[in-house]
Amino acid sequence: MKKGLSFRQAFFTLLKRDLQIAVRHKGDIFNPLLFFVLVVTLFPLGIGPEPQVLSRVAPGIIWVAALLASMLSLERLFKADFVDGSLEQMLLSPQPLPLMVLAKVLAHWLLTGVPLILVAPLLAVLLHLETNSYGALMATLALGTPVLSLLGAIGVALTVGLRKGGVLLSLLILPLYIPVLIFATSAIDAAGLNLPYDGQLAIIAAMLVGSLTLAPFAIGASLRVSTN
Amino acid sequence: MWKWLHSYADPERAYKLAGKLLPWFSAIALGMIGVGSIWGLMFAPVDYQQGDSYRIIFIHVPAASMSMSAYMAMASSAFIGLVWQIKAADWAAAAIAPVGAVLTFIALITGATWGKPMWGTWWVWDARLTSELVLLFLYLGVISLYAAFEDKVLAARAAGILAIVGVINIPIIKYSVEWWNSLHQPATIKITEESSMPMEMLAPLLINILGFGVMIGAITLVRFRAEILARNGMRPWVRELAKAEGVK
Amino acid sequence: MVEKKAETLLSADNLTCIREERILFDELSFDIQAGEIVQIEGPNGAGKTSLLRILAGLSRPYAGRVNFKDEDITRCRDEFNDDLLYLGHLAGVKSELTAEENLNFNLRISGYDDFDTRGILEKVNLSGFEEALAGHLSAGQHRRTALARLWNTNCKLWLLDEPFTAIDKKGVEELEHLFLSHANNGGCVIMTTHQDMSIIGDDILRKIKLDYRFV
Repeated sequence: MKKGLSFRQAFFTLLKRDLQIAVRHKGDIFNPLLFFVLVVTLFPLGIGPEPQVLSRVAPGIIWVAALLASMLSLERLFKADFVDGSLEQMLLSPQPLPLMVLAKVLAHWLLTGVPLILVAPLLAVLLHLETNSYGALMATLALGTPVLSLLGAIGVALTVGLRKGGVLLSLLILPLYIPVLIFATSAIDAAGLNLPYDGQLAIIAAMLVGSLTLAPFAIGASLRVSTN
Repeated sequence: MWKWLHSYADPERAYKLAGKLLPWFSAIALGMIGVGSIWGLMFAPVDYQQGDSYRIIFIHVPAASMSMSAYMAMASSAFIGLVWQIKAADWAAAAIAPVGAVLTFIALITGATWGKPMWGTWWVWDARLTSELVLLFLYLGVISLYAAFEDKVLAARAAGILAIVGVINIPIIKYSVEWWNSLHQPATIKITEESSMPMEMLAPLLINILGFGVMIGAITLVRFRAEILARNGMRPWVRELAKAEGVK
Repeated sequence: MVEKKAETLLSADNLTCIREERILFDELSFDIQAGEIVQIEGPNGAGKTSLLRILAGLSRPYAGRVNFKDEDITRCRDEFNDDLLYLGHLAGVKSELTAEENLNFNLRISGYDDFDTRGILEKVNLSGFEEALAGHLSAGQHRRTALARLWNTNCKLWLLDEPFTAIDKKGVEELEHLFLSHANNGGCVIMTTHQDMSIIGDDILRKIKLDYRFV
């Protein structure tokens, strides 16, 4: 009965549990993905099928849809744990809270962010995205969606104890998503014009590093308020 | 700093201090805004390009510049509350939020009104207007989060965390919006070109900016006092206060 | 038998709790020594759960502080959590996972890396249900899955909110024996319960009373 679990083992224990639960609850993975696809298909219906118009607005549409899908899927990040008391146990465990939080966000990103990145090229085809832009699209999504998950988790942690958190959540986190949106879409635009876009990518990468180091602490503090 | 802060962490002392400061803040705010506005609106010279319509800057610029400062003040107060666990600081932050939001709204409305004669349209996606719009959203987020919690002690703590997260993001948002703007609208008209503003225009503007700052302080003090009373309604000192004021 | 030391494990220092503008308790102070079994008593709505959550460091009191071995728990959270076992109304049993997976996770997240899950489940009469999803278990079995952690812990402080809910008579007796041996080994148990205990008598049990306060 000795306590010998290392931080790394604790991290992977939580990660494994969350993945295991999600696998037995597949709707949580597929619904946000379906939402992403649906929103994107609505745009050609709304603004007309001309390829020139669509390819001009494609980066913006894909990214805005990705923001919304990410936000929607995040809503359930801490909810189940909050309801069944696991969250309290997590807060009281001797493991560092920011590390636990990071494991949960990583699990969530693997389940919702990665499928989104994989589906994006198909949607890009539907929207006639410039051929040169595909690399930039994938790169910005790969670097940008974890930032969305981390920032969004702060808002989710703040609202998890509230009964009507849904609309409030969008007000809390969508403004924080603006910089990612701006740099990601401009990188894709630049790639379409055969211009270098590594500057934009570097800025998104910097945002990723920044949110990786700071967000877990904000999420932890928010969870302590929410479970009070 | 430490000791000083802690002595005012006690709600009763904070309430009394706020009460002592309030008349000073109100008097100075009224005086400065009165002088600044009358000077600016009636005596400052007419602009040779924009005519009289430029005079809206005497409201617009103070509101815009103070809307950002109010956010900083709110976040600093929330930070003090979070780190040193002082509830009064959380309440102060909650008291500033709506004041800041109204100022941001005023800045947006006056900006749009000014845009009409200048650009012939109510709204342009100018970098400053866009940042101000995002700032309004950030304020509304803090206010709605505060409103959503039933337990207001928790509400103030949650809103405080959000304010701190927001303040870290503001420079990034501001920078990205400016960059985005330069990318999409090369060389648009900048809202303010006051680099060559004559002294007779600049002086009332500066007086009004300072006046707005003091006014935020005064309104915040009023709201802060109300907040303390609402949170401590069951405390003996509040009851005695109520009796002394003749309220049943 | 281990010699009982009068070591103060946990102390409440002038705790005040306010919920929805109502004072639940005001300037509440007490010390809890190693070896004690404490029951927090009071009518519904008196703040028993709130007090337990404050003692566990989950809620922050409106005023006052909780000390663990003479140190504020907010300042020694890691140390405190290392010696604390808190089970609330809902104790973190995932209905998507089996009883065994649940226990395994709960113990690992508390820091244990070497234990016999099946053996522990046997002690709480869950043999044969190791592979059953917790969502399919009965209320009592569900509760046992959560309580199983008590059989594999070296935490001194047990804070238990209604531990006997949905547990049958025999199970309650087993728990009582466990509490007694925990107290005799220098631990302490603080709990809320509405059920009468048969083994732990009033001579052993210490009661902390909370009254329902109007206003």
